[in-house]
Amino acid sequence: MKYIDDFRDPATAKALVARIRRDAGDHPVRLMEVCGTHTVAIARAGIRPLLSGAVTMLSGPGCPVCVTPDGYIDAAIALGRERGTLLASFGDMLRVPGKSSSLEKERGTALEVRVVYSPLDAVTLAAATPDREVVFLGVGFETTAPAIGGAIRTAAQRGVRNFSVLSSVRTIPEAMGVLAADPEVRIEGFLCPAHVSVVIGTDAYRPVAQRYGIPCVVAGFEPLDILLGISMLLRQKKEGVARVENEYSRVATATGNRKAQDLIRDVFVPCDTGWRGIGVIPGSGLRIADPYASFDAEKKFGNPVVFAPEGSACRCGDVLKGKILPVACPLFGKACVPEEPYGPCMVSSEGSCAAYYKYGP
Amino acid sequence: MHDKILLSHGEGGKRTRDLIAKVIARFFDNPVLSPFFDAGLLGRIDGEIAFTTDGYVVTPPFFPGGDIGRLAVCGTVNDLAVCGAKAVAISCGLILEEGLPMDTLERALAAMRDAAKEAGVTIACGDTKVVERGKGDGIFITTAGVGVSVDGWRPSPSAIRPGDRILLTGTMGDHQVAVLIARKNLAIEAPVLSDVAPLSGLLLPLLPRFAGKVRFMRDPTRGGVGVTLNEMASAANARFVLDEARLPVRESVRGVCEILGFDPLYLANEGKAVLIVAGDTAEAVVAALREHPYGRETAIIGEVQEGGSGVRMNTLAGGVRAVDYPVGDQLPRIC
Amino acid sequence: MCLGVPAKVLEASDGAAVVELGGVRREISVMLIDDVSVGEWVIVHAGFAIEKLSEEEAEQTLALFREIAESDEIH
Repeated sequence: MKYIDDFRDPATAKALVARIRRDAGDHPVRLMEVCGTHTVAIARAGIRPLLSGAVTMLSGPGCPVCVTPDGYIDAAIALGRERGTLLASFGDMLRVPGKSSSLEKERGTALEVRVVYSPLDAVTLAAATPDREVVFLGVGFETTAPAIGGAIRTAAQRGVRNFSVLSSVRTIPEAMGVLAADPEVRIEGFLCPAHVSVVIGTDAYRPVAQRYGIPCVVAGFEPLDILLGISMLLRQKKEGVARVENEYSRVATATGNRKAQDLIRDVFVPCDTGWRGIGVIPGSGLRIADPYASFDAEKKFGNPVVFAPEGSACRCGDVLKGKILPVACPLFGKACVPEEPYGPCMVSSEGSCAAYYKYGP
Repeated sequence: MHDKILLSHGEGGKRTRDLIAKVIARFFDNPVLSPFFDAGLLGRIDGEIAFTTDGYVVTPPFFPGGDIGRLAVCGTVNDLAVCGAKAVAISCGLILEEGLPMDTLERALAAMRDAAKEAGVTIACGDTKVVERGKGDGIFITTAGVGVSVDGWRPSPSAIRPGDRILLTGTMGDHQVAVLIARKNLAIEAPVLSDVAPLSGLLLPLLPRFAGKVRFMRDPTRGGVGVTLNEMASAANARFVLDEARLPVRESVRGVCEILGFDPLYLANEGKAVLIVAGDTAEAVVAALREHPYGRETAIIGEVQEGGSGVRMNTLAGGVRAVDYPVGDQLPRIC
Repeated sequence: MCLGVPAKVLEASDGAAVVELGGVRREISVMLIDDVSVGEWVIVHAGFAIEKLSEEEAEQTLALFREIAESDEIH
């Protein structure tokens, strides 16, 4: 398939691995892949063992499912159970544990949830079922924010009044700043997300690169993109510089997608928000702007999402910050396994723990 | 005859007799079934007997390339075939939901008849029940199948040894993707057909022809090749290593997987078999399978190696990763 | 968090387009990008085109890969 297979060529992969190893120092360089999609791509391509000794890949908090607080799941369950609303959700959210249950477990008996591929499908669903309230679980980062915003705008234009969104949108650069500033995490380079960058523009990482002196490379999700991105980070490190470079130049640009950014600014407003396992990061969330309040499920139903920091044996927070590898969590593989996950890192298809468990040899 | 199924069709009275005589008997017409006794009399059977059972609840009942009727017959035939048995007789238990269009039932029965004919198996007995509207999903079919072992072959996971090759008789994921698209709620159009097919003609001739060389076979249905290989590796306590570059997948199935974030390794197949074959005979078995219409795209997808157990895969990028059991069904994801 | 695939535009109208990837077609929203035309490539995420793919830039990246692969043979 065009623009996919070309970026999976084994001979080039081999050459890139050799280049990375030649540039490696005497201790492994600590690089963080911020984005959960990168975590899964790296795991599925089996890249980690290929680079062992040269590079240590830390998985960051760019997994919107992983960082969604259990209070959000509880609020969603309450909406579905108590008010009989029809929930529409991306498949990723179904198995995430709330305080005591998950959407999957409640499904069929207590509430109805439909898996959709696009937030627009939820609007279509609402239009087709005018006598039921439909709530879309709007979870994601800047890649998905325009899609969620687009769905809200579409609902507004078409007068689909029984549609609303329970928003859980977060933004990446602020979280990167928190991690860069944390002396325990010790990141030497950021592999920046491909599609978040397509929306916000690669320039968005310049403050992090400049303030903390950490090289940033935006890389695509195919194996060759990832390997080239890692190679570019190592070369910056060797040169002693900290720039923002763009490996994903076929789609991402310095200024990003202005139209998408305008839509985000129209439908959403930045706010402080809690990240599961990390805590509240100022300005790292997007809530639905007041002109669209009738599409904001929290306001419409008076069901605020409560963020409560966890206190348990689960070390998802440290995993999300890249402080520890999943295997260092006392629950990993024992009390916490994909079939019975304790924390979201294990349940999310792209959580670090799930990726380690499923793909790690 | 009514144009839809009524509760009274399942009550055992005149309506039930009508349903059997005027609908079912039109499609299932053979000497074993036709007297409609309480049991089908199969007569004396020589050889070692294999026995299997299955339930079919697929939604929607008709999808590109197949339907619940064909699926019910082929699934049963294939369970027997991968255990080295030729299916002799199948039972057909129907659970119908009140309100099911009679036309739907007739299409499913016709499909079962045609599949049974293709597989050379008799539909020997059956039963019909009707449940209230809302208590069933249109039509459920349960089957049991009796077969006779060919050549005394038995699945032998303990005979699997390093150097054996892992064969797959064709492309992965076609069935599950065809059903997904037929459900229409993902608004995707793709030219994918279910691979549902009876495999006795494909697999059984191998057993006398390559005596002692075919160790173990399974059909990779729910959970796909990924789950089946894990089950086989477990049964054999062996290490399976796959080659990502050699996995056969149709381009359109790949396209759907890329869009929805699915892994074809875990998608269901209904017309494929996984075989573990001795290394020295693998190529010859591949050639033999490729001669058959249902085996044209047979590929060697990996091998059995020393050291430990479980399933691994050599990736295109030159790395290696585990291929473990998935948790639950794959769901369309954004991440 | 950003599963997006490159797909080719087969049909384009006001606000929507039909795209194709490996023979698979889907209707998507193009409200997030400007003026897309048939034959162009876009990145599709959650039913939306989030940006166009530059075939020129893609070629440049592929040329770089080829260069890297060739220079590796020398080592």
